[in-house]
Amino acid sequence: MSQSSTGTEPTGSVLWEELVTSALLGTDRRPPPAVVTEPGGDPSAALLDAAAVLTVRRRAGLRPVRPAERPEPAPADTRPALPGAAHRRLGQLLADRAAPSGGGRRGAAPDLTELLPQWLATANGHGYRAPAALLPALLDAARARADLRPQALAFAGGRGLWLARFNPEWKFALRGAAGGGVLLPDTTDAPAVERLWEEGLFAERVALLDAVRGQDPAGALALLSGTWATERAEDRLMFLDTLRTGLSPADEVFLERALADRSRNVRTTAAELLSALPRSAFAQRMAERAAACVRPGPARDTIAVEPPAECDAEMQRDGVVPAPPTGRGKRAWWLGQLVEAAPLGVWPRVLDRRTPKEIVALSVTDGWAEELHAAWCRAAVRQRDAEWSRALLGTPANPPEAGPGTSSLAERAKLLAALPEGERALWVADFVSAHGLSDAFQLLGVCAVPWAEPLGHAVVDALEIAREAGSYPWSFSGVMGLAERCLDPGEAARLDLLTGPPAESESASPGAGTYWSEAFHRLVSTLRLRAAMRDELAP
Amino acid sequence: MNGPGVRWTTDQVLALAPDAASQKAGGRLATAGPWSGTGSGDGAVWGLCKGSGSKPYQTIVDTTGPAYKCSCPSRKFPCKHALGLLLLWAGDARSAAEDTVPDWAGQWLEPRRERVEEQRARQSDEGGGESTARAAGGEAARRRAERRAGRISAGASELEQRLTDLLRGGLASAEQSGYGLWEETAARMVDAQAPGLAARVRELGAIPGSGRDWPVRLLEECALLHLMDTAWLGRERLPEPLAATVRTRVGINAPADGAPVRDRWRILSQYDSSDGKVTTRRIWVHGAESGRTALLLSFGAAGRSPQLALPVGGELAGVLVPYPGAGQLRAELREQSGLTGGPAAPPPGGSVAAALDAYGQALCDDPWLESWPVTLTDVVPVPVPGGTGPRWQLADANGDAAVPLTPAALSRPGLWKLVALSGGGPVTVFAECGHAGATPLAAWAPAAGPEPIPLV
Repeated sequence: MSQSSTGTEPTGSVLWEELVTSALLGTDRRPPPAVVTEPGGDPSAALLDAAAVLTVRRRAGLRPVRPAERPEPAPADTRPALPGAAHRRLGQLLADRAAPSGGGRRGAAPDLTELLPQWLATANGHGYRAPAALLPALLDAARARADLRPQALAFAGGRGLWLARFNPEWKFALRGAAGGGVLLPDTTDAPAVERLWEEGLFAERVALLDAVRGQDPAGALALLSGTWATERAEDRLMFLDTLRTGLSPADEVFLERALADRSRNVRTTAAELLSALPRSAFAQRMAERAAACVRPGPARDTIAVEPPAECDAEMQRDGVVPAPPTGRGKRAWWLGQLVEAAPLGVWPRVLDRRTPKEIVALSVTDGWAEELHAAWCRAAVRQRDAEWSRALLGTPANPPEAGPGTSSLAERAKLLAALPEGERALWVADFVSAHGLSDAFQLLGVCAVPWAEPLGHAVVDALEIAREAGSYPWSFSGVMGLAERCLDPGEAARLDLLTGPPAESESASPGAGTYWSEAFHRLVSTLRLRAAMRDELAP
Repeated sequence: MNGPGVRWTTDQVLALAPDAASQKAGGRLATAGPWSGTGSGDGAVWGLCKGSGSKPYQTIVDTTGPAYKCSCPSRKFPCKHALGLLLLWAGDARSAAEDTVPDWAGQWLEPRRERVEEQRARQSDEGGGESTARAAGGEAARRRAERRAGRISAGASELEQRLTDLLRGGLASAEQSGYGLWEETAARMVDAQAPGLAARVRELGAIPGSGRDWPVRLLEECALLHLMDTAWLGRERLPEPLAATVRTRVGINAPADGAPVRDRWRILSQYDSSDGKVTTRRIWVHGAESGRTALLLSFGAAGRSPQLALPVGGELAGVLVPYPGAGQLRAELREQSGLTGGPAAPPPGGSVAAALDAYGQALCDDPWLESWPVTLTDVVPVPVPGGTGPRWQLADANGDAAVPLTPAALSRPGLWKLVALSGGGPVTVFAECGHAGATPLAAWAPAAGPEPIPLV
């Protein structure tokens, strides 16, 4: 306050300065000014008297200071406000996150922090505006958990981003991982778009490109082509990624040129994008190369594979990486890349008009089956081809190692993502019913939330079987945690039956029954809570 | 009485929690699972909560108080069961039905209500009986008070001596002599039964070496302490209200005996501070009709929360009795006849300049005032560039006047809540405003609804 608290009369402030100097050095060495002392009096007491008067006078006469430059106001948020109950719930979820954890066993109470991502997703789905007073807690939560950021920043909106500028701890928000919260001009306002593209920060430019791409794919491409040559390699990679949205034959020329990029990552990404355009010249070239290696075998119902003998300059220009990773043969490596990048439509033509299912069932000569199927899996994922994915996934009830198609859980999880939601849930439900829960975690993770009824039933049944078998519930804590977040809240009533302590069987581990009962209690209360959260957010 | 169906909000319930861990624990109990026999009615909420033992805990909350009773062994107040029960009650529209109070809850509620009634009756016909009692013990009490005043005078004289010695040798030496000197002096003041002086002396000890202008601040505080010593020693010559203020400042507690004010008191802010031994809870309230602002203090010994807990934003009908002393805002809550959920509108407010003027005026009654409660209407939090760490001001939205925020306000998470609420636009802020700047305690923002948002 020193800038504001100097008295109006110069004698006052000069006198004060002298009093301070005298006090600092001591009245013995530096007696206070004569005006405050009396002959024969104690100079120290006189100094204190005078200082007391001046202090009270300074405080009583305090004037306001001149304001610093006012911040630009936060952009208006026109989204509707949260319903009251949902507002309070969010406060509770965020408070729970901030409070110290009790530690130890979780007991039967739900873990509110785990419900925050779902709450945010639902709120964003309804398009609500975040309550201003909760923005700091929301940003703190997003800072602590990177997985929350896209949803949290989208929910925080323009005001959240505005706020983040003032606190260095929230810098992450300005890097705009998802670009969700960046203040963007109207994408139809060409001069504004142009300006931001020319002058914006990287995060703003990525977000802008994303936004324009969503509205006007050709416009975004034009924007990108304009400055392409001057962008840094890692920026080029991120920009190129935005073309995944609305990819069309119109992008082919640009991508073909990017195949000659200085950066290998850019070249690979361009090749990947081109391979998703089955009619592109690139896809045709790859199809020809791949078809030269894979053809009907000499015997009926077989495929003969003859991998490429060399990786020529043309292949390398099309993104084929010549050097294999350690432990893989060169020719197999090249074959994998060719098949992965070739449009899947080529194979029925090459292999006697068979369907994907029939093709996958064919036996492959000389032990190339695994290589070929794995490459087809990658191609099906890349090209989002449901029919091929279905063929490669095979029958869920089959033991994973038997039968055609892939047996890798990781590949299966990726292939499942290409199937329609309902079919995906059914497939995983059948898998769980046949094989139990121990291998199901990855597959459950790609299913839509809340889980469709048959899937939910299959999981609950499998949990009940595990309990009957007498094992401890923490062997299934991963699936339990998923179930808390993903089961349809409607399952709560059915699960109520399982919350009681089961009859202890001979084979059961000691005390397992109680733990199971507790675990089911928690599952049920979490589901009830999720139902309440969902209802509170309903407009 | 609390009308049926008037419920507190979840925020108000959470504000009653003594600490963050209790908030969390209470939140976990706010599900139907562990509860049975829950009900509400006649201004109370009750329920049985399954704990670790075979017998469930009996939890009752008298929401007109509020007062809490739980059979659990927790030393926290209110305990997590009371919080969980209130959260359940606040959040669950289905349990709106009024029930009859079960016997086990009535056994606590009824005698409690009777006691409150009796107290109220006693207070309303205050007069004859009490003053006779006072006269009986009067002579002994007077002699005790005289002895204590003598001790304090001796302490004040000694302190005077120490202050003038310090000034004679120079404040520069205070930086070297360290904290021990002040601790010892403070202990002498405790012996002299002047806890107010002791606390101020202890604060002096923290100033040397604390930032660039510490000699100026140390001189200010030494001078004000000197003013207090001399005021005490010459208290016979002071007007009685100021003498009462001096007595309070040196640490003599007088009972609240001012003219009672019956009003609907809006609860603007509640926050705790601790000196390691005692937790002090400060609750600011504002009378809707009287327009008076008052401070309710409540204390808790180490590890215990203060007894009085009021939900910010709520409104309390009752009588406040002011403590003696000019410009003293502290009051005692005597009669209390109902607590309702807000929304509490902000008290009438003004500009930054008006707030500083109000502080200046208040200094006339009590020159030792650090700050004064004010409402700042339409102010914008503004960041001040430069320096180390964040610095902020509150600036009039339509004008060129501002007041800096105090270091205490800058280090609280409430700062960011305030900035978020404002979004660069005007908000109304209830703050303690003084020579060190403003400490915002609650804010009202146009878009956030009529309820005050607590900032501490």
